[in-house]
Amino acid sequence: MFQVVLYNVTNGLIIGTFYVLMALGLSLILNLSNVINFAHGNFLALGGYIAYVLSPHLGYWGALLVAPVVTAAFGFAVERLMIRRVYNRDPVYSLLLTFGLAFVMQDLMRYVWGSNGLPLGLPPALAQPLSAALFFITYYRIFMVVFVAIAITGLFAFLRYSRVGVRIRAGTLDLDTVAALGVNVGVLRSFNFALGCLLAGLSGVLAAGQIGLNPNMGDDLLMPSFIAIIVGGVGSLTGTLVGGLVIGLAAALTTAVYPAASEAVIYVIMALVLLIRPRGLMGEEGMMS
Amino acid sequence: MSGALARERPTTAIVIFALLLTAPFWLPYVGGYDALATRVLVFGLAAMGFNMLLGFTGVMSFGHAAYFGLGAYGAGLMLRYVTSSTMLAVVSGTLLGGLAGSLFGTLIVRRRGVYFAMVTIAFGQICYYIAYSWNSFTGGFDGLRGFSRQPIDLGFTSIDIQGNGTAFYYFVLLIFALAAAAMGLILRSPFGRTLLAIRENERRARFLGIPIERHIWMSFSISCFFTALAGALYALLNNFADPLGLHYTLSGEIVIMTVMGGMRAFWGPLIGAAVFVVLEDTISSMTVNWMSFVGIIFILVVLFFPRGLLGMLKRRDAA
Repeated sequence: MFQVVLYNVTNGLIIGTFYVLMALGLSLILNLSNVINFAHGNFLALGGYIAYVLSPHLGYWGALLVAPVVTAAFGFAVERLMIRRVYNRDPVYSLLLTFGLAFVMQDLMRYVWGSNGLPLGLPPALAQPLSAALFFITYYRIFMVVFVAIAITGLFAFLRYSRVGVRIRAGTLDLDTVAALGVNVGVLRSFNFALGCLLAGLSGVLAAGQIGLNPNMGDDLLMPSFIAIIVGGVGSLTGTLVGGLVIGLAAALTTAVYPAASEAVIYVIMALVLLIRPRGLMGEEGMMS
Repeated sequence: MSGALARERPTTAIVIFALLLTAPFWLPYVGGYDALATRVLVFGLAAMGFNMLLGFTGVMSFGHAAYFGLGAYGAGLMLRYVTSSTMLAVVSGTLLGGLAGSLFGTLIVRRRGVYFAMVTIAFGQICYYIAYSWNSFTGGFDGLRGFSRQPIDLGFTSIDIQGNGTAFYYFVLLIFALAAAAMGLILRSPFGRTLLAIRENERRARFLGIPIERHIWMSFSISCFFTALAGALYALLNNFADPLGLHYTLSGEIVIMTVMGGMRAFWGPLIGAAVFVVLEDTISSMTVNWMSFVGIIFILVVLFFPRGLLGMLKRRDAA
């Protein structure tokens, strides 16, 4: 019984880290550019596939570091070519644009790599379980959680201490003023979009090591990421972090007790938050309109 | 733009209904068929209902598939478990989707802009989730089967919409016409004018003492009822209710139909639905990569035809 609970909690923690990583990327883009990136799950899958292509040449570790950067470069190009054209229009257009992009990306990935799952090989050291009793906890799972924790700490440090990071945070609050102070807002937004895609690509590589690759692998993460943002509060990255952890853990604990309701509980939390505190756990007043 | 509705000329409506009324006669010559025309009407109705919110209130929902799908399930479940009356099934489906929309709406209207859209998606996915997990009642992922539309009994005679596709088309056309008339009346009423005021300048409307949240909620609810009605008709058309009919992918398609046709024009969504349904039918018969094509349609419309087909015609008129 203890093992079953531990198994579910571990699973929940790992899924929660993916929710957080994905939601942080979405949230970055949403806060600065007011765009919901529907294709975020497809950037995740793309990151995984790029790692799959690179790992025979660079090895697993090389692919882990390079694939997210390539994904980010792709995101940068997409932003420059398409998304920045709709910033000043009704939000319906950016939604439709990323929605169409998601369709195209998913279909092209299926065309190139096939719709069947592909494995991403792990270094043997990571694939070992901790012990015979804890056979379900591999070193890889621990590595994933630690790596994600480092990545998130790095992101927050970057946003807090680097010049570009400070500009991104300032732009979230008041983009016009930032522009008036002489910051090239267009480049800032492109960079920020690429940063979001970097996080998605990183999740993709990590997820591929656990569940393998398929063209739809990001789809199931998209909705919980939305909910993490809504629960955490729009406009607050810390909120997104908290929101992702809350729903990840809630889903995991529910799975331990009553597996069928694990998805439902996420929606219940969202409804409760909207009912009691519409701006989200850590959202600021007025950020939602 | 605020006078867009007033400038809607009756000729557009006359041309549209002339084409729709004669469709079963000329369709076979251009490679169409009754079921395709019925699908155009159904999605046209769904998109026009949706456009009450997007085009005429200026609020963006990305979860309308949920109410479309609930309409379908409502009608299907009614026919399967309760009654053999087609009309009763349509009414039940409409009520189920519309009331669910009104209920969710109370929570959704607390947000604006893209966040409004995000919350509508999440609520939509709740319905999708329920439909595919409640296996014993809704048929789960395989969808709801085991029902079919029944002939309509008028007392003195009965209309066989079951075996006769053309009769069913006219049945749907009649409901479509009534619904379109109702929408037109709502939009011309003082209430409809208030919605336009909110779309044009929410802050100013608020200063005039208009209760914004209540109006947006009413607009959302009304549009859910119309979309649910379309969903109920869709279940009758296919004799099947599909959980994917609740998925946000379909919401996106409803939005693109609306934008493609022209969201500022009353008949725009119908035109968009016609183009989209016909294109999808053609493309999916030619290639397995239809998703790419649909995605490319989305991207092209957004980048190059943001005003939609009727919007472009209008601008030419004005010039």
